[in-house]
Amino acid sequence: MRITRYAAALAAAGVVLAGCSSDAGETAEEADTTAAVETDVEFEPGSTMAAIVEAGELRVGTKIDQPGFGLANTAGDPEGFDVEMAKLVAAKMGLTEDQITFTETVSANREPFLQNGQVDMVVATYTINDKRKEVIDFAGPYYEAGQDIMVAAGNPEDIQGPDDLAGKTVCSVEGSTPAENIRTNYPEASLVLYDVYSKCADDLRNGNVQAVTTDNVILTGLVAGSPEELELVGNPFTEEPYGIGVPKGQDDFRDFINDVLEESFEDGSWAEAWDRTAGAITGTEAPEPPAVDRY
Amino acid sequence: MSFLADNFDLLRDAFLTTLSLAVVSGIVALVLGTVLAAMRVSPIPALRALATFYVETFRNTPLTVVFFFLAFGIVYIDLQFPTRFLTAVAALSLYTAAFVCEAVRSGINAVPSGQAEAARALGLDFRQSLSTVVLPQAFRTVVPPLGNVWIALAKNTSIAAGFAVTDLTAVLQRLANANADQLAMVFAAVVLAYLVITLSSAWVIGILERRLAITR
Repeated sequence: MRITRYAAALAAAGVVLAGCSSDAGETAEEADTTAAVETDVEFEPGSTMAAIVEAGELRVGTKIDQPGFGLANTAGDPEGFDVEMAKLVAAKMGLTEDQITFTETVSANREPFLQNGQVDMVVATYTINDKRKEVIDFAGPYYEAGQDIMVAAGNPEDIQGPDDLAGKTVCSVEGSTPAENIRTNYPEASLVLYDVYSKCADDLRNGNVQAVTTDNVILTGLVAGSPEELELVGNPFTEEPYGIGVPKGQDDFRDFINDVLEESFEDGSWAEAWDRTAGAITGTEAPEPPAVDRY
Repeated sequence: MSFLADNFDLLRDAFLTTLSLAVVSGIVALVLGTVLAAMRVSPIPALRALATFYVETFRNTPLTVVFFFLAFGIVYIDLQFPTRFLTAVAALSLYTAAFVCEAVRSGINAVPSGQAEAARALGLDFRQSLSTVVLPQAFRTVVPPLGNVWIALAKNTSIAAGFAVTDLTAVLQRLANANADQLAMVFAAVVLAYLVITLSSAWVIGILERRLAITR
């Protein structure tokens, strides 16, 4: 029964996504051309970009369980805002969508994948922080998320922010930054830590926990799956700049991605990518693009 | 090394959680599995059928599915475990009992039938002959397979990490994500902690095997 409900939720999310792309109707073809594949690209021999173009394949690590950002469709292809960012980068390198190979990365294996060279870049709701900067480099940010709280519909406990979590049972994912934040800064909340957020949503529906906390973009995806039962407090209390991870020391590639991002902020393809993915699920306008941090 | 010292408390608590998960589930599974084995060799067909059904159900269901059902499924029939640790113990022991049952049953089958016949000739009923004659000999034979089941159980406890129990695997995920620069150290510490449990078990099982083995 549980599983049926999951399937239904996923199917619903799928319908929403499918619906929006067919809304684009005739522009469906054009949608790809927003990230128009450059035909005449020349990279300095020996550069990272030249090597990738030479290989004819851009290997991207992304999440496949995050509605709006990276979610595998029924065919197994990831879709979402993160995926669109990867497509923008690929297009500027003269690579078509077919030439992008997506690999699933979960939170715990993103750095190793980059360090071992299993992927060229990681776009996976990847928060830029100093600790991670010690082992890899970040391009971007391309989006500014924030930690928020999800509660049962109607907010029976009247939770407005993290301070209201004291004495409550709060669910998050083991090893995640939001969980660490609650543990350190709001120690009076009692934490329940699963391996995926969907289990948290289950526990919230069952009444086993009173709140679920993580980045707002993840929560909006869950709320979109069952809007009658769940709701977002809508009061982000942290700043989580999402960046694109590249192997440490590949400055040429990082600069290149930063250029691509800045260009997409200006020519509207960034906002357009938002509208087609995360925006279509949450029903929100594209936010103001963040400033790229060329540290 | 200072990194490990900083997180010593966390690792120690996780180690104790994993160990107690394994020990508590192991004891419950041993008792339940022995009862099931007795049912499977009992003269009453209904008991035999029930035990067979149990074993085939749990032995052939992935442990994660058992976990998922006990954590999120039984809520719909208005049942729930008071803590998530107990949910994990229930899942692990229900699952492992099926394997214990089959190991013990193989031991029972290894006891020469003359032993049971002699017990019956002495006037012992089924329960008496099983508990005083057959099972003690059976257990001495099945130390190695039971040892395997125990070590598998110790490793299976890691699934509890996905169901809100802060065991070694959960701490591995937590530390790995928070300390990307120390991955090798985190893995080494967690692997070492598991090895302390499994290798020392293997050592004890080896001793038990030598002490208890029956030469036939």
